[in-house]
Amino acid sequence: MKRMSLLQVTEVSYSYNFKMPLKSKNRSENVLQDISFSIEEGSCLGLLGTSGAGKSTLGKVILGIQRPQQGQVLFQGHDIYNADKMTKRKWRRNLQAVFQDSYSSVNPRMTAESIISEPLENYEKLTLTEKRKAVIFLLERVGLSEKDLKKYPHQFSGGQLQRINIARAIALKPMLIVLDESVSSLDRVTQSLILELLNELKADFGLSYLFITHDIKAAFSISDHLGVLEKGELIECYDSKAQFFESKHPAVKRMRDSILAEHPRHRSLTV
Amino acid sequence: MGTYIIKRMMTIIPIFLIAILITFGMIHLSPVDPAEAYLAAANIQPTAEMLAQKRQEFGLDQPLLVQYVNAVIQISKFDFGVSYVTNKPVWEEVSSRLPATIELTLASLVIAIVVSIPLGFLAGVRKNKGIDHFSRFLSFFGASIPSFWFGYLLIFFFSVKLDLFPVEGIGTWKHLVLPAITLALPLIALYTRLLRASVLENLQEPYVLFARTRGIHEKNIMAKHVLRSAISPMITGLGMNLGKLMTGAIIVEAVFSWPGFGRYFIEAIFNRDVPVIQCYVLLAAGLFLISNLIVDIIQMYIDPRISREGRQFQ
Repeated sequence: MKRMSLLQVTEVSYSYNFKMPLKSKNRSENVLQDISFSIEEGSCLGLLGTSGAGKSTLGKVILGIQRPQQGQVLFQGHDIYNADKMTKRKWRRNLQAVFQDSYSSVNPRMTAESIISEPLENYEKLTLTEKRKAVIFLLERVGLSEKDLKKYPHQFSGGQLQRINIARAIALKPMLIVLDESVSSLDRVTQSLILELLNELKADFGLSYLFITHDIKAAFSISDHLGVLEKGELIECYDSKAQFFESKHPAVKRMRDSILAEHPRHRSLTV
Repeated sequence: MGTYIIKRMMTIIPIFLIAILITFGMIHLSPVDPAEAYLAAANIQPTAEMLAQKRQEFGLDQPLLVQYVNAVIQISKFDFGVSYVTNKPVWEEVSSRLPATIELTLASLVIAIVVSIPLGFLAGVRKNKGIDHFSRFLSFFGASIPSFWFGYLLIFFFSVKLDLFPVEGIGTWKHLVLPAITLALPLIALYTRLLRASVLENLQEPYVLFARTRGIHEKNIMAKHVLRSAISPMITGLGMNLGKLMTGAIIVEAVFSWPGFGRYFIEAIFNRDVPVIQCYVLLAAGLFLISNLIVDIIQMYIDPRISREGRQFQ
């Protein structure tokens, strides 16, 4: 028998309903249509898509925030939208997320220490010294140090704060982390440092990632598999970068053309 | 943090000097001559000789700057002069009435906080449910009913009909209940709405949603992320209103015959009893400054971004 996938998304469709003023009919907009994919333990699926392709909605569906109208999301074989309380608590613990805007992801009134220890307090019973030790370990693991414990979010740079968000996400040693545009608002240098860190953590803790992004280069540097989302549909999936470059799909071609070739001679002039 | 508090306290001194200057100017710019007002209040027919004598007694014949410096020195010793009407020192009269007013004000402040925090919070969390409708009713009721009318209603039902509380006066805690509720009602109305709006706003914060996705207990999300942030504008509002509350106590004191300083000051205004009015203005300014200082210190503990030491990037 084939091993059970960590995350199995089957035929998920999602539409937003708008209540139109003065009209009896609601307008609805399909954002996701029949999306199916799976993520194996220890691997990283990169989901590429342009703005408005439905990437973030898909992330929210997987995180259990937005119940899809159709389809199923199975985490370790359990339907997350029809789970009992205990199972729910278990998959919430094992499914963490890091979002694009590091500042709005944290409470500005909490110190780095209380931000990182929040999930530990929530799921585990630790003594104060154990907790402090765990937080320091996590801070050091993501490249910060003990002296950052008492700092508040506004005292960190965007990249440092994203490291804290990552530390918070790995605090419980989850199985899957949804990275929703996690490095997109950072500069290239910081971006590559964070991606490097994510790759290291993946190897160290045996993590799996769902890496949602519009950035092809970032997706390439971290993903084992790639999927392309276009207008709410998962149009193609690839097991290697080469397959992505060989694809004949017009949407994929457009995406590919948007990256500048490294040498000017190879850049095409057509827009 | 300590240096910040000391710095803030130092700023009170120049503000106070300006407040004294304003009340000082108020007396000298008003068409009423203090000497004349004194004689009128004492029912003495003013003659030129008597006016000159009184002016000298009050130091009004000296240069303005000397008068101002003398006023500052006197006020710093809590010497607000002698009332024109009763001929007694103003501070003696005020300080004997002050505890009653402070008691009433603090009691109504406590009631306002104890009622509006849970009510406003629940109204925000359970938007459009029963508790929200109830809080809305209470807010409109409290904001629109005049306190003298509400006070008499309370007296009518709870004192006359049910005989639960005394009609007027001061003494036991029972005397305090009705006037404190009357004074607290408009505040409850205001702060319930304020807190509800700010809870709703904070519930929309991304970090609240993200805390839910991370599986943090709802109880902790509410306490740590929602309530703590939502309460901060309310505390600012309380600080702004504490001084107002004391002056608003005048009407309630009249309704319940509460022996606070309210009536004393109202009589002073009618009698043009300048030293008493001056004392009242300075007292109001002082209360306002001190309550704002306390609020700023509390804010600093709730929101670390306000503290000076936290501002490394500015």
